[in-house]
Amino acid sequence: MTNESLILAALLVPLAGAGLIAAAGRFPNLREGVTLLTAGLLLACVVSLLPSVLAGGRPAAVLLEVLPGLAIAFRVEPLGMLFALVASGLWIVNSLYSIGYMRANEEANQTRFYVCFALALAATMGIALAGNMFTLFAFYELLTLVTYPLVTHSGSEEARRGGRTYLGVLMGTSIMFLLPALIITWSVAGTTDFTVGGILADKLDAISLGGLLALYVFGIGKAALMPFHRWLPAAMVAPTPVSALLHAVAVVKAGVFTVVKVIVYVFGVKALADAGGAAWLVGIAGFTIVAGSLVALNASNLKRMLAYSTVSQLSYIVMSAALLAPLSIVGAVLHIVAHAVGKITLFFAAGAIYTASGKTEVGELDGIGRRMPWTMGAFAIGALSMIGLPPAAGFVSKWYMLSGAMAGSQVFAVAVITLSTLLNAGYFLPIVYRAFFRGPAGDDAAHGEAPRLMVLALAATATATVLLFFAADLPIALARQLVEGR
Amino acid sequence: MSALEHLPALQVVVPLLAAPLAVLLRQRGLAFAIVLAASWAALAIAILLWLRVAESGTVSYAIGSWPPPWGIEYRADRLGTFMLVLVSGIAAVVLPYSRASIEAEVPEHQHYLFYAMFALCLAGLLGIAITGDAFNIFVFLEISSLSAYVLIALGSDRRALVASYQYLVMGTIGATFFVIGVGLLYLMTGTLNLADMAHRLAQVRGTRPILVALAFLTVGISLKLALFPLHQWLPNAYAYSPSAVAAFLAATATKVAVYIIIRFYFSVFGESQVFDRLPMQPMLVILALGGMFAASGVAIFQTDLRRLFAYSSVAQIGYIILGLSFNSRTGLTATIVHLFNHGITKAAIFMLLGGVAARMGGTTLAQVRGMGRRMPMTSLAIVVCGLSLIGVPGTAGFISKWYLVLAALEKGQGWLVALILLSSLLAVMYVWRFVEAAYFHETSSDATATPSEARWAMLAPALLMAAATVYFGIDTSFTIGSSSAAAAQLIGGPR
Repeated sequence: MTNESLILAALLVPLAGAGLIAAAGRFPNLREGVTLLTAGLLLACVVSLLPSVLAGGRPAAVLLEVLPGLAIAFRVEPLGMLFALVASGLWIVNSLYSIGYMRANEEANQTRFYVCFALALAATMGIALAGNMFTLFAFYELLTLVTYPLVTHSGSEEARRGGRTYLGVLMGTSIMFLLPALIITWSVAGTTDFTVGGILADKLDAISLGGLLALYVFGIGKAALMPFHRWLPAAMVAPTPVSALLHAVAVVKAGVFTVVKVIVYVFGVKALADAGGAAWLVGIAGFTIVAGSLVALNASNLKRMLAYSTVSQLSYIVMSAALLAPLSIVGAVLHIVAHAVGKITLFFAAGAIYTASGKTEVGELDGIGRRMPWTMGAFAIGALSMIGLPPAAGFVSKWYMLSGAMAGSQVFAVAVITLSTLLNAGYFLPIVYRAFFRGPAGDDAAHGEAPRLMVLALAATATATVLLFFAADLPIALARQLVEGR
Repeated sequence: MSALEHLPALQVVVPLLAAPLAVLLRQRGLAFAIVLAASWAALAIAILLWLRVAESGTVSYAIGSWPPPWGIEYRADRLGTFMLVLVSGIAAVVLPYSRASIEAEVPEHQHYLFYAMFALCLAGLLGIAITGDAFNIFVFLEISSLSAYVLIALGSDRRALVASYQYLVMGTIGATFFVIGVGLLYLMTGTLNLADMAHRLAQVRGTRPILVALAFLTVGISLKLALFPLHQWLPNAYAYSPSAVAAFLAATATKVAVYIIIRFYFSVFGESQVFDRLPMQPMLVILALGGMFAASGVAIFQTDLRRLFAYSSVAQIGYIILGLSFNSRTGLTATIVHLFNHGITKAAIFMLLGGVAARMGGTTLAQVRGMGRRMPMTSLAIVVCGLSLIGVPGTAGFISKWYLVLAALEKGQGWLVALILLSSLLAVMYVWRFVEAAYFHETSSDATATPSEARWAMLAPALLMAAATVYFGIDTSFTIGSSSAAAAQLIGGPR
């Protein structure tokens, strides 16, 4: 298959899958089989694009022209390639986990769940492979809409309210800030194509450039930069498989991916640096990192803690990208991958704990490591990745981020990274310790490990987290290509 | 080829003749057949005219071969033909829908009258869009308005009569103001032919009667177009009329009124007269913003979906007028394209709501609870149209919004951009009231949630229109092509 058809396949496969899943709704095993087959096929398509990208090629496809000069077009570059790989790879694992979770908890509306999941992946592929900001924006909005039924899955009053916050913040930021940023870019630059070196060089003065960057960054609400982060904890009302993929991988990663893409391909790293840099963004992201960790420290609900940990970790990526230094950007890109595998492991573990024992609070987890060794083992690895300790993937990305910050003598950034590392240790390590080295509370009902399918999934992602520590060649190669401006 | 030469005249004559034929035939099946044939013929004629004008420029036709400016001239340019396609297209889809919908809403012995009035209304609206004579516009305006009053009054709710009466009073005032304006123009220029009038206005520029004429025209048509705060008639008219009537009028009546304003402002007066002499720009901006925010705000608190979407129409008309106030090609493109995009969106919504009323017993938020399960296709279609009202990419509404924001940016009005987008957020709020009612609650009546969509005869045209809302958000060659060509003709170009 040509590269062009592979790109279109990457979009059509999950779309067609959604249709087939809906059709197979009455037959759960068939339906689940379709999901897994679709996910596998998608990964195959995405992986097939990899060789050309690694060789320096930039496969492209144009779908149709919507307005004069504005087309739905795709172009695969290193960053998008990496995001697409992460999302499609983790979809398979997440589907296995979802099957285990949804069946063990006897959830309702499972067909709707799997259909929306497939649609969400289609939208994610559209974002990852977008060739211009117009296309990215269209799929970005689509992702928000398609994940709304997933977030509000349970249909309860709480879900409805959570859904309102989710939609309100995400649509609010994208309509009020991102859309005008897009239209301004179009009107100033005459194009919205992602170009190496940016499209705004010499088109705007420094202050306007900074203002436009602010519109973009705050408009990309999915990156959960404070104060537009509230949707993330609100979305924890969703079933854990949703939280796992969407809020550890697809939705939030779409956010930070877009931020990095905008900085590199719309503004251009050099153009931004020449215009005085983005020090204010470093500051806000730094604040988000620390504030997010502080809230996580105080959280009693496990998923809420993980949500705020995500808010904090996402801003690592934003801050490092905003430093505009090569090493930092490599670190940011690597962290997109590292955080994805690490966080999905943690959410898998949280869901496994809930399914096996009904527990949701951090304080209830004493001694649970004895009963659920696999789950808590994976949790420990995920925690190590968040903190940034070997042998977890988070260590590699943090190394690059710290090196980049130190090389640029960015005292503030170094301080923030250091402080938040300590805070992360402060809220993750006690959980791991108490799970393994403390006895359970007296009135604790006996339970075993989580269902096999769920354990399989979390073991897979935990393994991936460790694997990436030892063999991060692929992500590093793609990140290098991005930074070298090819 | 002689029939083709007379296309402009046939555009109006065909539906106009269908009306008395429907009355004479009395039998509702035959009346329906005649009017349906007439409306589909009108659509074919409109498309042919559009193609002809797109290819070879403005078409001029002298009624009865009396040469203009003494005779009445029919003149089809880019804007006019675009309006013709819109109006006839909506009619062609709504009419098959109406046959099924009025069975529950209108007494059987009045069906043939419904079709006759529909044909008259269609003829009137088409006439406005194609005529090049000022008084002729008034005549067709009255034809379309009077038949609209009757159509609204045919609603099953008793309040339909009151709504119709309210519309009649306000509409007549509007038409009267309009004819006073035309009279003053005739007084000063000595002609009723629009092209000739434009030419002669150059000599009487800025005189008091001309400015007064402009004022009377504006106020008169603003009543027809439901520009805030002259919109009072609209919510009741759309809420209590038969659903097919709401669908048709929401998509066409106010849009044709906007057409009249555009025609007079840009083709007759010329933008310099209108915007320089009178504070038209700030006034239109303020009224448009008032409509956008006040109407959206009121919509959020409505409990009946038809009233909710009626207020939404007032807000969307605010967008349309805002685009006009920019007095630029981009702004006018935004206005013209939104006439089309909003037209198809609202037609779809009201057709879908007609099906909802039939199956769920009504259109209040309490009655549509759990609709997501019982009528999944209808619910999804309403959501998609709602997304078009919000302006989500992939829908027609997004296209209009894009141009509107672009026009505001071109004028350096950053604060207007913020306000336009803020009102989109209000739209999210009122659309989501439907989403939450339909998907988050259980059906209030029977326990079974077996899907029972509206009748296929009602559902198919509605879904077709909803699909069009998505289609024209992706393929804009027809809509933007026509709108930008029309705007280019109107601003800074020869007529």
